[in-house]
Amino acid sequence: MIYAVAVLAPLAGSIIAGLLGRAIGDRASQAVTILCMILAAICGVTAWVQHIWLGAPDGVVTLGSWMEAGSLHLDWALRYDTLAATMVAMVTFIATLIHIYSVGYMSHEPTPTSRFFSYLSLFSFAMLMLVSANNLVQLFFGWEGVGLASYLLIGYWYDKPSANAAAIKAFVVNRVGDLFFAVGIALTFFTFDSVELPTIFASIQQHANDTYALFGVHHAYELIGVLLFIGAMGKSAQIGLHVWLPDAMEGPTPVSALIHAATMVTAGVFLMARMSPIMSMAPGALAFVTVIGGTTALFAATIGCVQNDIKRVIAYSTCSQLGYMFVAAGVGAYQVSIFHLITHAFFKALLFLAAGSVIHAMSGEQDMRKMGGIWRSVPITYAVMWIGSLALAGIIPFAGYYSKDAILEASYAAGSATGDYGYACGLLAAFLTAFYSWRVLLLTFHGTPRADHHTMEHVHESPAVMTGPLIVLAIGATVAGFALRPYFIGDYWHAYWNNSITNGANNHVLERMEDLPGLVGYAPLITGVLGIGLAYVMYVLRPELPSLLADRFAPIYRLLLNKWYFDELYDMVLVQPYRRLARALWQVGDATIIDGVPNGLAELTVDSSAQVVRVQTGSIAVYAFTMLIGLVLLVSIFLVFR
Amino acid sequence: MNWSLALPEIVLSCCAMAILVFGVVVREDSTFVCTMLGLGAFLLTAMLILAAPFGTGYGGLFVVDPFADFMKLLILAGGAMAVVMSLDYNRHERLTRFEFPVLIVLSTVGMMVMASAANLMSLYLGLELQSLCIYVLAAFARDEQRSAEAGLKYFVLGALASGLLLYGISLVYGFAGTMDFARITRALTDPVTVSPGLVVGIVFIVTGLAFKISAAPFHMWTPDVYEGAPTPVTSFMSTAPKVAAMALLLRTMVAPFGHLLAQWQQLIVLVSILSMLWGSLAAIGQSSIKRLMAYSSIGHMGYALIGLAAGTAVGIRGVLIYMVTYVFMSAGTFAVIIAMRRRGRACEQINDLSGLGRTDPAMALAMVIFMFSMAGIPPMSGFFGKLYVFLAAVQAGMWTLAVIGVLTSVIGAYYYLRIIKVMYFDTGGEAFDPRPASLSVIAAGTGLFTTLFFVLPGPVLNAAQAAAQALFG
Repeated sequence: MIYAVAVLAPLAGSIIAGLLGRAIGDRASQAVTILCMILAAICGVTAWVQHIWLGAPDGVVTLGSWMEAGSLHLDWALRYDTLAATMVAMVTFIATLIHIYSVGYMSHEPTPTSRFFSYLSLFSFAMLMLVSANNLVQLFFGWEGVGLASYLLIGYWYDKPSANAAAIKAFVVNRVGDLFFAVGIALTFFTFDSVELPTIFASIQQHANDTYALFGVHHAYELIGVLLFIGAMGKSAQIGLHVWLPDAMEGPTPVSALIHAATMVTAGVFLMARMSPIMSMAPGALAFVTVIGGTTALFAATIGCVQNDIKRVIAYSTCSQLGYMFVAAGVGAYQVSIFHLITHAFFKALLFLAAGSVIHAMSGEQDMRKMGGIWRSVPITYAVMWIGSLALAGIIPFAGYYSKDAILEASYAAGSATGDYGYACGLLAAFLTAFYSWRVLLLTFHGTPRADHHTMEHVHESPAVMTGPLIVLAIGATVAGFALRPYFIGDYWHAYWNNSITNGANNHVLERMEDLPGLVGYAPLITGVLGIGLAYVMYVLRPELPSLLADRFAPIYRLLLNKWYFDELYDMVLVQPYRRLARALWQVGDATIIDGVPNGLAELTVDSSAQVVRVQTGSIAVYAFTMLIGLVLLVSIFLVFR
Repeated sequence: MNWSLALPEIVLSCCAMAILVFGVVVREDSTFVCTMLGLGAFLLTAMLILAAPFGTGYGGLFVVDPFADFMKLLILAGGAMAVVMSLDYNRHERLTRFEFPVLIVLSTVGMMVMASAANLMSLYLGLELQSLCIYVLAAFARDEQRSAEAGLKYFVLGALASGLLLYGISLVYGFAGTMDFARITRALTDPVTVSPGLVVGIVFIVTGLAFKISAAPFHMWTPDVYEGAPTPVTSFMSTAPKVAAMALLLRTMVAPFGHLLAQWQQLIVLVSILSMLWGSLAAIGQSSIKRLMAYSSIGHMGYALIGLAAGTAVGIRGVLIYMVTYVFMSAGTFAVIIAMRRRGRACEQINDLSGLGRTDPAMALAMVIFMFSMAGIPPMSGFFGKLYVFLAAVQAGMWTLAVIGVLTSVIGAYYYLRIIKVMYFDTGGEAFDPRPASLSVIAAGTGLFTTLFFVLPGPVLNAAQAAAQALFG
């Protein structure tokens, strides 16, 4: 079945390029992985179209048995429903473009890139396993596979210490979330005696009143919901567990695009939608999701306003946009969150690849303070960057407008305190988003050139293999919003989703969104335009303003520039004490006690040996005496213990 | 009277006399011929043993059963290997005298009597015949001070041990009124009525026999005698007499004193633990390989005694299997030690083995096999020896004993592995003189047995099983 091909083709490409990369050469590896991805994309999109418009029914493609242990039966199986098909189509499509783009971006690499392409395909495969999983353990398999691939790719330039540190950081921070996710899966199994999604969803009502007692009695669904969400926080870089995402910039730019757009960070949002039957039974967990999402959206946007690294700004914007998606999930509008996930995938991939194109043009420079005035030299990049920024800022009619607008409407329509909090944060963040998007645009392309003469001479448009994907993505970022809106959240949403997402019995957010006061709908657009205007004022009309403000509000500026000191805080509270503990365990626990015991025993043995040998004097009298003593000893023992 | 029960012993004694006469009559050097004749006598005796019927004879003095046959064959194997190994050694050390094979044959007769003894008196006679020959053999290099000292020490301490044994026998006779094993068994049916005097007698008997198998704390003679005696004699002492003395100990403990298991068990456990500890600890400090082997044999006897301490048929079977594996790996090790000879001079230091892995890979490989086996590393035969005694101990609920056995074998592994390290990782040693064929044959044969035991353990296991059953029968 084509659906299985869509999922497994990237794996084939990854294995061929990874194991035979040296044998078949660099070009062939690139060709194989890209062909596999194109095949996957064709199959993935076809499967999606078939399901939505040609009436292919929901189904499960079983690939084989995985585990049999007691009451636990696991299959390798691909779930085929709207949610999975949508995700598969999006992932394969975006990942294919990123693969193609990488050919151009990695062309100046001194070492063979077959490894890079193998990892990229592995990354895509892991994400596809995740989204098409029919049981939680396979989902976790994909979840961990994504983590592994991100580790490999962030640390792709393994001779760069900062890349290694970033890779380890990403892996470790993700592990924190994974732990909670794993516990959540265990608790799910504990509650439902199954990790198969159909079984779980079918018995939701039976276990509605289950409780779980640990440090007090909890409602089982609330606990599962919170645990799953903390897992999602790690993958989707929500506040607290977001620290790895900006550092993930250490990998090659296509990796950032893949992480931020198609794979990895969207996994958490997907998980919320996938587990919507459970989540919608857990209002407390959902409130938590909304608060974290709203906070992240605003918090990341504030940091994005002052960063100077072009990729870092975009990275924080991802963080912020993911916050939006969780706000939508938190108010029970999972469809809206997936809608934003899809549109975001287009414009975020576009922005990252365009940023990569800029970096490529600037000979590797990433600091916006050393750019400027290059828009004439890189017209295509400039144009698509505009489109991406317009979409990100939520300007009509670009993709981001429809989805972001819908999120804010949904949070407003929820009518709850947390929903209002999400709305407020989202609106403020929308203003900041527009501001920093134009800040990037203006600093990078306009004004006087701040790069040195040498770099400026080399500024050139990227080759077609890079601009091609950019143009495709730009089209997507332009049309995805209004083209998909009717199906995802508009008139046809019931038919489109076909019950692959459950909103909960009393949740009518999607219906209520339709009749909100007009101002609520236009508010994000208005704030967005205001943000653009402010950026124009600060970076074109009055370029001295930013530094003036930075001086005036130095503490705030430093707080934002240093990313709210999260890294420093973690370093102080977690990393350093952990290092001290590890050092203590090593020096005291391992070197002294664990090594000490065998070493001490060995010394004791050698000492006893010396003592024992001393008895052997060679004197026959001593020998006879020893025998007699032994005899007396034995006789006494015998007589005493008989 | 069924005198034919003792036919193998009678034939072997006659052979010994004949060889002696032959050696005296033939004026020129007849050692080689006498040695060969001795080997022939061993072979003949072995066949007679296999053919002889089972039964009790000589008024209850002498018993032939599967247990006795098993032990006798093992004794003959040990004796034969010692004779073969002596050929080359004695020529180099100018010890070529025809009395050597005669003494070994006579000693073997004594051991066979020990294995068949069914009366405290025949027990003592066999033991003394065996011992007297070995006293002489230990001092065989009489011009050498070390050898003479070894013989004398063994004799004096052996006399003490014999005295203790005799005293024990007299105590048992005094309290039980008989020296016949079967009658003693009947007399001791009710352990509650046994007088302390008889029990003390048993302790004395155990002491005398423990001396012979060099179990701690009656082992003090072993390192000195092993080191001083000519190496083939050491090899002989570490194999056949150990088997014979172990046979005696097993038979006396299980047959006449079997009902007193609860009482002597503690004793054997103590002796076993002491032997294992002493054997493994003291061996670490040794630089002479012959002394090392002495402590090693003390340790091995400790392990073997675990099986006896278990006091079950499974335990006895374990001891028998242990003795089989021990005899072959010990003989093989001594073959390698005797082959250590540079420019005509025998080498006895562990350091002399350095570089053997390069200069003589085959010999080094053989030594590796024996050392791994002694350390009890699978799949060598030594592992199975330990396995069966530990198994018996665990089945009998003697966890402490098994655990101590495992721990001391860890310590033991250190000095066995050290030899391998010296052979392969230390450099410097010159090549040894070319190996004589006799030693190569012994080393190769025992090496093959040790390595391939695990392929076909059936015959040995079954024979040991039958022998153990016979003892309990």
